[in-house]
Amino acid sequence: MRDQFIERLSEMAESDPRVMLVTGDLGFGVLNDYRRRFPSQFINAGVAEQNMTGMATGLAMEGFIVYTYSIANFTFMRCLEQIRNDAAYHEANVNVVSIGGGFSYGALGMSHHATEDLAIMRALPGLTVVSPCDNWETMEAAQALAATPGPSYLRLDKSTAGETNYPGEVFELGKARRLREGTDLTIAACGGIVDEVLQAADQLREQGIRCRVLSVHTIKPLDTAALVSAAQETGGLLTVEEHNIVGGLGSAIAETLLDSGVFVNRFRRIGLADRYSSIVGSQGYLRSKYEMDRHAIIAAVKDLLNGAAIKKAA
Amino acid sequence: MKDTELLAKQIRIHALKMTSQGGSSHIGSAFSMADIIAVLYGGAMKVDPLDPRAADRDRFLLSKGHAGAAVYAALAERGFFPVEKLSTHYQDGSDLSGHVSHKGIPGVEFSTGSLGHGLPVAAGMAKAARLKGEQHRVFALLSDGECDEGSNWEAILFAAHHQLNNLVCIIDYNKIQSLAPVAETLALEPFVDKWISFGWHVIEVDGHDHQQLKDSFLPHANSTNKPLCVLAHTTKGKGVSFMEDTVLWHYRTARDEEFNAALAELEKSA
Repeated sequence: MRDQFIERLSEMAESDPRVMLVTGDLGFGVLNDYRRRFPSQFINAGVAEQNMTGMATGLAMEGFIVYTYSIANFTFMRCLEQIRNDAAYHEANVNVVSIGGGFSYGALGMSHHATEDLAIMRALPGLTVVSPCDNWETMEAAQALAATPGPSYLRLDKSTAGETNYPGEVFELGKARRLREGTDLTIAACGGIVDEVLQAADQLREQGIRCRVLSVHTIKPLDTAALVSAAQETGGLLTVEEHNIVGGLGSAIAETLLDSGVFVNRFRRIGLADRYSSIVGSQGYLRSKYEMDRHAIIAAVKDLLNGAAIKKAA
Repeated sequence: MKDTELLAKQIRIHALKMTSQGGSSHIGSAFSMADIIAVLYGGAMKVDPLDPRAADRDRFLLSKGHAGAAVYAALAERGFFPVEKLSTHYQDGSDLSGHVSHKGIPGVEFSTGSLGHGLPVAAGMAKAARLKGEQHRVFALLSDGECDEGSNWEAILFAAHHQLNNLVCIIDYNKIQSLAPVAETLALEPFVDKWISFGWHVIEVDGHDHQQLKDSFLPHANSTNKPLCVLAHTTKGKGVSFMEDTVLWHYRTARDEEFNAALAELEKSA
């Protein structure tokens, strides 16, 4: 996703001199080509995320379309107040790009596990929050965010769900994409972990269980209409995210369904069970370890369809 | 009385009334920078009340947002909005918040209130002006206590590295912060040396001497390729004898006899 983001950003920079990439001293190798081609549209702010974000706001208030770039939590957590008070309150076009959502940097340890970002970012008024599932969504979102007023958060992932788009498909922020049809249950997910969801859905299909799969790439604003119709047409939802169970996609969906007066008997959230991981490992290993991989998804779907509405507390 | 001195007097009187009426604090902080604000809005900065968003305006960011009353007062006196609006400061439903806010207030460039935010944004604005070949300057006014914030030092590094000599950082160096003198809280001295060693051009001034302030804000006052720090030595609570140089008047609201005494002192000042 990272490479596709840079690829699309390069295309944008070529045609629009307002596009500015600001890195917090990360992107070795990855940013070389961009930097060489667009030296006046690139700033390395150094290892100084607060100034990076405040300075990016200053650039944006003067008309630039700014993308701040770093890995995992560094783009938004140290400089959260700068995102809130500076970028968001001033409706500045600062697009915060985090490379390494979830357990993308799983082996590097807890500091690099980005598992609360969606919850934190979606709590800020005025932000658009996007977690693409594949390279196509990444490229389309990167471009669409330039035209979106105010700041945004773009969570990129090491893993991808492959090629999920069909020829001629038009991407729209805030519109969930239906990746599989089905009426037995809906699995709503975001990020690279949609890969696990699709594998699970395809295996379930072989067993006669047909799940609708939604890529909810935009966590905010949420596609309430698609989620309400999914609940009404498939009778329930399983949400999947590589993120803390608190406050992310699953929480957002639960909120919007209840706010819409939609009550489902089958609902469950898959995610990290409100904890930090002191165990390290690859993204795949940690998904398995914390029961959010395709096996866990299949088990949860079957559990829900067997009438288990509520998961027993661990 | 010179124009800017009259403006400073008006700023102090407005700020006193605004904070007293609102029961709000930071009058000492507003008084210590009143002369700086008066000189900036009294001619040192290129601003136009009839066209507050003019592309070629100088930008001013009050990073010590808690002293916003002084900026509101200056803007009102300069005609950015009616002086009568000042009486809504800190009141229910008002957009004149205790910490400076830009929403609905012509002339306010940037909202602050949490310390350490103004200089990074100002650096971004200065960098943008440089990239776009624009000639205006960007002024940021910081408190001394605010220099505890690490974000400022990130911006100080950045501005020097990028040779942003269109950026002016003014320090209201009244030497008192929230609970105690700066020297007893988190010492900043040798302060001038710090700025110089970080690659800035420094001009030290008496922050209540309008001529010194004016001279330091002239475009040619900084002929280097470095950003400029105007280190303004000031007195907290300047203008009212019993408020001067005290920690108390960082937070205290002047009421009743204190208010009357303060107002009388300000009104008879030359």
